[in-house]
Amino acid sequence: MSDHPDSAQMDPAAGREQLDRTAMARLIDRQKDILEDLRQMASLLDAARSEIASLKPQEIGSNFLPSAADELDAIVEATEQATGQIMDSAEIIEAVVEKQGGEVAEQLTEAVTRIYEACSFQDITGQRITKVVRTLKSVEERVSEMLAALDLLSPDEEAALHAQTAARAGDPDEADLLNGPQLPDQAIRQDDVDALFGGPPREGGGDR
Amino acid sequence: MAVDKNMKILIVDDYKTMLRIIRNLLRQLGFVDIEEATDGSAALQMLRTGGPYGLIISDWNMEPMTGLQLLREVRADPKLKGTPFIMVTAESKSENVIAAKEAGVSNYIVKPFNAETLKAKMVSVLGDF
Repeated sequence: MSDHPDSAQMDPAAGREQLDRTAMARLIDRQKDILEDLRQMASLLDAARSEIASLKPQEIGSNFLPSAADELDAIVEATEQATGQIMDSAEIIEAVVEKQGGEVAEQLTEAVTRIYEACSFQDITGQRITKVVRTLKSVEERVSEMLAALDLLSPDEEAALHAQTAARAGDPDEADLLNGPQLPDQAIRQDDVDALFGGPPREGGGDR
Repeated sequence: MAVDKNMKILIVDDYKTMLRIIRNLLRQLGFVDIEEATDGSAALQMLRTGGPYGLIISDWNMEPMTGLQLLREVRADPKLKGTPFIMVTAESKSENVIAAKEAGVSNYIVKPFNAETLKAKMVSVLGDF
């Protein structure tokens, strides 16, 4: 027997209905809270989107990064021209020296060889700069992806982004092996290469 | 057997300066018949139509066909597979050397390199000269 005064008279169906109404009221209150939270989040996102748009991030992809890449390309071109001129002069010296003969000619030929070797800097710096340009392009793509997510890209810009993403697809195994020059402390040395080939260390030394 | 310094050598690199450097170093070593290509596909065409070549000296990182792809094509071609192939590249990770070795490279030179290293690797591949 219950101690509650009304429990003896309460219809079980009415009791369940009362409980359902209470639960529903709580659920509606919770939904209102969630909706309010969502409104606030949407408002914050909208404000963030407006702030990002006011910074004109499209300029990063359309102006700043291409301009930086152009400057780097100009460096490669200038060093290539300068290296070509150095090589021209070294080849003239070598041709003259070959006609002379003797000990002085040997010394000069040796010096010309060192000039040829040194000119390989242009290949290495060119490859390093290409790596930097590739990194800039990657940053540009990330920026574009962020802008696309915020719906801040024009249809043309969005189409260009999709084209870039598609162009990235290639042979992943081969691409993984194309890393270009490493920093000195990360690169394998010629002696280590020779060891992999099971031969004695290189003769002469001097490189790496 | 003595190395024939009149043999045809193919050098492959997309940097004209590097082609010129290797050509001059080879000339100093006494080799005179030197031809050039600027990527693997052009090199392969020359190998198949202009041979025989006694040695291939190739860069790795080129477009559209890389030096590694060229090496694989050469080793898969019955007429070319015996051609000595030295990779001269700035790709200086051990996995690169291992991949090239597995593909059948004869020797591997890490850029930047000097004339002595080039000669030493040529001697190891061709014999003394």
